[in-house]
Amino acid sequence: MYDQPRLLPAGDSALVVEFGNEIAPEVNARIRSFTQILEEQALAGIVELVPTYRSVLVHYDPLQIDPRELEEKIKELTGSLADIELAAPEVTMVPVCYGGEFGPDLDHVCQHTGLSAEEVIQLHTGTNYLIYMLGFTPGFSYLGGMDERLATPRLKTPRTHIPAGSVGIAGKQTGIYPIDSPGGWQLIGRTPLKLYDPYREPPVLLKAGNYVRFVPITKAEYEEIAASVAAGTYEVQQEPLTEEGTAQ
Amino acid sequence: MTKILEVITPGLLTTIQDRGRHGYQAFGMPVAGAVDEFALRVANILVGNPEGAAALEMTLLGPKLKVLAPVKVALTGADLGARINGAEFPRWETVAVNPGDEISFTAAREGCRAYLAVAGGIDVPEVMGSRATYLRGKIGGIDGRALKAGDVLSAGSLQERNLPTGTRLAEGLIPKYSSAITLRVIPGPQDDHFTEAGLETFFQSEYTVTTEADRMGYRLQGPTIEHKEGADIISDGIPLGAVQVPGHGLPIVMLADRQTTGGYPKIATVCSVDLSLIGQAKPGDTVRFATIGREEALQLLQDRETALKKWKDSLPRATGRSWNFQISIAGQRFSTYVEEIR
Repeated sequence: MYDQPRLLPAGDSALVVEFGNEIAPEVNARIRSFTQILEEQALAGIVELVPTYRSVLVHYDPLQIDPRELEEKIKELTGSLADIELAAPEVTMVPVCYGGEFGPDLDHVCQHTGLSAEEVIQLHTGTNYLIYMLGFTPGFSYLGGMDERLATPRLKTPRTHIPAGSVGIAGKQTGIYPIDSPGGWQLIGRTPLKLYDPYREPPVLLKAGNYVRFVPITKAEYEEIAASVAAGTYEVQQEPLTEEGTAQ
Repeated sequence: MTKILEVITPGLLTTIQDRGRHGYQAFGMPVAGAVDEFALRVANILVGNPEGAAALEMTLLGPKLKVLAPVKVALTGADLGARINGAEFPRWETVAVNPGDEISFTAAREGCRAYLAVAGGIDVPEVMGSRATYLRGKIGGIDGRALKAGDVLSAGSLQERNLPTGTRLAEGLIPKYSSAITLRVIPGPQDDHFTEAGLETFFQSEYTVTTEADRMGYRLQGPTIEHKEGADIISDGIPLGAVQVPGHGLPIVMLADRQTTGGYPKIATVCSVDLSLIGQAKPGDTVRFATIGREEALQLLQDRETALKKWKDSLPRATGRSWNFQISIAGQRFSTYVEEIR
């Protein structure tokens, strides 16, 4: 992590505020603090903020705010980031039905890792995953903190169609497909939650800086939750993060 | 809500676009919106709409449209050979069309994307605060897709003022789209990921627009740009106009439908006033890059916006009273249209 963030011009309407050159929870926490205080300032001319692994892209309207003024303001704000008190991040519970038709690659992950299906599920559900950033496709979250014993290479031949909600492993990463798409991740289960719904506010369930915890459910529970999600009556379970069970 | 246009043939790629879906990039949602935002804004001004109203973006081969109700329209951007009932459809000008009129396009003559605005804006539901079609995400516009034959478009009620027909953009503001362009770019944010030689290649070479050029980005062909070590960075946000250079060393200019984040270094970013130039480039056109400072880029933007506002403030208004006269002179009949302005 840098002592002072680097400010890098990204054209005449955006600015990169870079906090480090590594993927690390400390850098992410700094980004979360910065995003929060910049949003609180509600500066005229800030269009939107895109937090990522190690930087925040600040999109601004140069006709409303002079970038030099914006840079000064950012330098001022970032001076005291370490002192910012942040509310505890939220942990979103994501119910997952593992194996079977929803997790066609669970057996392959077992073979590759030498673990039993029960062990894979236990390790996968046994931790809170930090949502480093969203990107790639609407609602796709880059999660950190998977147990390395679960690491399995991607499929040699990607699938052309993966249903939304599929939960997979690719190398040392785990993730959830928010929309139907092609892809090469090893699919171990599926969640009945809608991570992305353009007609809902907010359209995306997960937020950078928060955490995800997978909760194992049965096929019957899956069907039940899927029905209440479809009816719009499902309440997503969230709780504040506690130290216990947090990936480092 | 008045039905105003019926799509007879859709053309190569005709979509409904506005100024884009801002505020959701943090969730991975691309902005979309008009690739040539300046042309969209002018088209809307000419029909008295807010500058960000939804209009049609037409690509290279335009559609054939039937007019269903009397309405004012304006065509801006590329010269795609537009016709109204076979006669030339003037660009950058307020035009009145009537039921039964047919708007058609012959062939692209200059530029790549034309914009057709209608008074009141095109009425489709907003999704996340925007009517812009985002094709890959299947949202906005009509069911998130390009127009197809049989679609019927309705006008919204966004018209703020009624401009007389023949209102024209100030000549000095009408852009010329060349097939050999120079894009002025601000170096960074990752210009330090390239060697001196790599930067020199980028700024000294001529690149050609490939056929892989769409609303998301333009892949260019030409001399390869040398990275210092590796072509991967930790993924970060991608601004509009970013020039990213993946491992193959060839530049890609990122446009309206670009993904919100990516892991390739961005050697430079196109300045705002030159975004129209790349958005109007076609496969086979050539591109050069020249460096510009941010201050200078902003001065150019401010100058253009000041000129645009000056023109906009000078426009007359139609009172809404108009008359059609049939005149006979020496046995020949003429149709005339008279509009009261103030």
